[in-house]
Amino acid sequence: MTLADLQRGDRARITAIATSEASVQRLMIMGLVEGAELECVGASLGGDPVEYRLFGGKVSLRRDDGQRFEIEKLSTDG
Amino acid sequence: MASRSEAVAVPVSSVTISRNRTIALVGNPNAGKSTVFNRLTGLRQKTANYPGVTVEKRIGRLQLERDLIDLIDLPGTYSLSPGSDDERIAIDVLLGRMAGTPEPNVVLAVIDGTRLYQGLYLLEQLVELGRPLVVALTMTDAAAQKNVSVDTAKLSELLGNVPICEVVATTGRGIKELRAALGDALDADAPEPRTFWPALRRAAEGIAAELGNDMPRGPSIIEIERALIDADEAGVAKLREALGQRADELVETARRTICAGEPPLACEARARYDWIRSVLPAVQHDAGAHARVGAIVADWINRPIPATVLFLGLMAVIFQAVFAWATPVMDMIDAAASALGAAIQTTLPDGILASFLADGVIAGVGSVIIFLPQILILFLFIIIMEDTGYLARAAFLVDRAMRSVGLSGQSVIPLLSSFACAVPAIMATRVIPNRRDRIATILAAPFMTCSARLPVYALLIAAFVPVANVGPLNLQGLVLFGLYMVGIVGGLLTALLLRRSALRGPKPTFILALPEFHWPNPQTVLIKLLDRARVFLRRAGTVIFTVAVVVWVLAYFPRSEEIESQRDTAIAAAEATLVDVALEDAVADIENEAAAAHLGQSWLGRAGRVVEPVFRPLGWDWRVSAAVIAGFPAREVVVAVLGTIYAVGAEADEATLTERLQNARWPDGQLVFTLPTVLGLLLFYAWCLQCAATVATIKRETNSWRWPIFAWTYMTTLGYVGALMLYQLGSS
Repeated sequence: MTLADLQRGDRARITAIATSEASVQRLMIMGLVEGAELECVGASLGGDPVEYRLFGGKVSLRRDDGQRFEIEKLSTDG
Repeated sequence: MASRSEAVAVPVSSVTISRNRTIALVGNPNAGKSTVFNRLTGLRQKTANYPGVTVEKRIGRLQLERDLIDLIDLPGTYSLSPGSDDERIAIDVLLGRMAGTPEPNVVLAVIDGTRLYQGLYLLEQLVELGRPLVVALTMTDAAAQKNVSVDTAKLSELLGNVPICEVVATTGRGIKELRAALGDALDADAPEPRTFWPALRRAAEGIAAELGNDMPRGPSIIEIERALIDADEAGVAKLREALGQRADELVETARRTICAGEPPLACEARARYDWIRSVLPAVQHDAGAHARVGAIVADWINRPIPATVLFLGLMAVIFQAVFAWATPVMDMIDAAASALGAAIQTTLPDGILASFLADGVIAGVGSVIIFLPQILILFLFIIIMEDTGYLARAAFLVDRAMRSVGLSGQSVIPLLSSFACAVPAIMATRVIPNRRDRIATILAAPFMTCSARLPVYALLIAAFVPVANVGPLNLQGLVLFGLYMVGIVGGLLTALLLRRSALRGPKPTFILALPEFHWPNPQTVLIKLLDRARVFLRRAGTVIFTVAVVVWVLAYFPRSEEIESQRDTAIAAAEATLVDVALEDAVADIENEAAAAHLGQSWLGRAGRVVEPVFRPLGWDWRVSAAVIAGFPAREVVVAVLGTIYAVGAEADEATLTERLQNARWPDGQLVFTLPTVLGLLLFYAWCLQCAATVATIKRETNSWRWPIFAWTYMTTLGYVGALMLYQLGSS
């Protein structure tokens, strides 16, 4: 499962990252690293890009980039 | 405003100007950096450019006790690894390797209290930089609203006793303490070296040992670290210079040791965020329960449908404001310029001086100032959208739609701005990080129907499009709407074609931090507005003014004595036979005929005749050709030139000019302005790049003549071919 599969309200933890692309590395600098927990806030018009809440800050990325981040889903009430 | 009054308390005469001391202001984008900058410096700021790039360098004067210190506002960045031109500049200044900018004595980091997680990444790197550091923690009021608090004492301790000042930029709270902390930091010694990622520091020190002490101007430890991590070749080149072949070998070995084959940037992110996640619970306390009304509303409004409605509504308000609110002021400016011109014509004797002042200088100044109301209103909205964080939201919303033409969401505001004027629009493309996206946007912007095209559209539509209805819609309105669409389609197709050809590049990405909504700070808004108005007047104003004077010269010279004497004879004849109103009318007619005759044999008129064969296949006679030529440097002069050329005077009242145009004939008696000619002419105006100010702005912003020359040639060709096809198809 990847970040791109999350629905609005889902929470997840990043488990593995395909790091080769420069855009993925930029996202890692912004805090999307293994172990980071985030919540899918919602998608834009047309379903892309998607907005995530990450330790209080909000980041948006396209689904193509989201697919580089493997995740495990967390229970929504946690 | 305690800080401001304190600033003026010391008489200026006793202030020492310490030009050699500099504070660099750095922080994440949207962290509230420019508000802190404005709070600290007030209006004592200026803008310049860094050598070779279009990134603006903002420098303010900060008065601390008796010292005046330069404060440099650096572009926002998330890290010391450059991801764009802007970020590279911030990093080069911080590392003290930016030509023309002194090494900063103190670094002032602006960190967003609501996004501490991301802010700590940059903060770690800034601590490692080894320069005296002061932290301004912003947005703590917004964090408090979400029941999030930051333990600044604990954070300071973890970073090595870095002073941290909580600042509420909107009210100015904490600025006084910040000034004091900056004063102390300027007198402080360099802090103890510190690292949060020992593996990297060890590797860099290993390489530094290889360099030995015989390299006094060699790379610093930080520069070696950046060379190891960043794909940036500049740093590695510096090592190669010192170590020759061995450099690459050493770098490779070090990278393998630290990163075990992973990209160094990814390793750095992991290492640093490991530390951040380990300390975050100790410094940031989240009491939860942030289901406030404001947050619920914000969440709802960010959903696609409400967000779209809000976006369209906002755009409608901006368009309404730019076109409707500005009109009364523009009319006043227009009337004032005309009155002044008329006053000069009546007080000064007829001749070159009066004509130069009235038709050259005043018309020139007027044609610059007349755009100011629209531009200021447009800038005001853009700045407020920027300052509240809405700009990022808008980009997020329309990204998908813009991607279908090969652009990203960040292109939408520049493109919408160009419906008022392409010059500020092209200046606004600076927010686009990807260079290819940016150039594609710059080349699409001049296609949008700017306000200078409207008078031409209005004149020709009123004169030649019949007043009729198509269903419930007005035909004239439809044609105007069609012209807007023609511009939009032309611009977007151009962007698409460019992204598929000359500007083809890797899959575009769209990574954006979405800031929380916050109220704009009036002081920041005002300072930015004044700054951009000044930039517009300086850049576009000088070009537009020069153009107006040049067009006047072309239309005035050479002067024919024969026409003058004919005019005098005709007036004398009229005075002999007519009186009162009839005489006035007759004299006005004679004056207008003489003006038209003068223009006909002026350089401009001759040029029109020379190029007539070129435009003949489009159905244009020499008069239209001359007006089009006059419009190339600035399309806004076209209506005035048409007025003069058709002998109704430059201040043509539209009804008269319309009538003249409708009756204009070729020597063989055929009408000049048939529907195909008019539609072709309109299309020509929609697509052609008739604006020297835009060309100059493209040159400035792309830093080469390549793109402005391409844009001009491409758009002119497109306009010509479009008009040609419309005329030929329509007339056959």
